[in-house]
Amino acid sequence: MELTNRETWTLIHGMIIGTFFLLAFAGGLAGLWSFRTELVTPEGIHERLRRLKIGTWTMAIAAWATVITGTWIVYPWYRETTPTSAKSILLADPDTKDWHTFGMEWKEHIAWLSPMLATVAAFLVVYYGTSLTRNRRARILVLSFFVAGFATAAIAGLFGALITKAAPVR
Amino acid sequence: MSTETVEPRQTAAEASDEPAEGPVLAAMLAAGIGGLTLGLLTTLAEASTGIKDFLQFNDRVGPLSGKTIFAVIAYFASWGILTAAWRRSSPPFRTVVIATVVLLALAVLGTFPTFFQAFASD
Repeated sequence: MELTNRETWTLIHGMIIGTFFLLAFAGGLAGLWSFRTELVTPEGIHERLRRLKIGTWTMAIAAWATVITGTWIVYPWYRETTPTSAKSILLADPDTKDWHTFGMEWKEHIAWLSPMLATVAAFLVVYYGTSLTRNRRARILVLSFFVAGFATAAIAGLFGALITKAAPVR
Repeated sequence: MSTETVEPRQTAAEASDEPAEGPVLAAMLAAGIGGLTLGLLTTLAEASTGIKDFLQFNDRVGPLSGKTIFAVIAYFASWGILTAAWRRSSPPFRTVVIATVVLLALAVLGTFPTFFQAFASD
C-alpha cells in the first residue's frame, strides 16, 4: 500500500490543506458570530481576538496554498494530453465529459476567488480589532467575506472530490 | 508674540475612536477588481484564441496561468493603490459596497462555464 507522487500531491492539495481550511472556517465562524460586547467579557475580548486573527489568517493562507498547489502542481497532471490523463478519460466518454466541461472548468476558475475573499476577511479582523465587538456593520462585513470565501472554495472542493472519484489523477 | 499651537483637525473616524473605513473599502473593492479580472479574462480567452495563447504563460498549466497571475496582480495592485488613495478618508460606504457586490457577481458570472462557453470561438 503506497501512494504515488501524484496521489500524494493530490492528497496534500485536497485533504491536508483542505482540513486546515475547514477547521479554520468552523472556528472563525463561531468566533465571529459571538464576538459581541454582550457575549464577551472585557478580559476575554483580547484572547478571543487573538484566536480570531489566527483562524481567519489560517483560512486565508490555506486558501492560497490550495489554489497554488492545485493550479501549478496537480492541474498540469490532470490536463496532460496523453490518453490516460484524467481529462482525456473524462472527455472520452459522453457520460462523463460534463465533469470536465462544466465541473472542472468551473472549479479551476472559481477557486481563485476564495483566497482573495478570505484575505479581505482576515485583514478586516486585524484592522477593526476589538471594535468588532461593538460595530455590528463591521462584523457583518467580515462574516460576509468569510462565508463567501468558504462558499467559493466549497464549490471547488466539491467538484474536485467528485471529479477525482470519476477520474483520479494518477 | 503668540505661541499658540494649532491641533490638526481630526477626521470623523478619529473623533469617534473608530478606524477610518477607507482601507476597509479599499480591500473589499480590490477583491471585486481581482475577481472581475479573472472573470473577464476567462470569457475573453474563450472568445479569442489569440488571447488564450497570450495567457498561456506556462505550457503545462495552460491559459489558466495567465488568467490567475493577472487576477492576483490586479487584486494586490488595486488594493495598494486604493489604500494609498483612501488611507485617511471614508469614501461613500454604500456605494463602494454595492460596487464590490456587482464586481463579485460579474466575477462569478464570468467564471461560470455555461456563460463563458457561450462566447467560444469556432
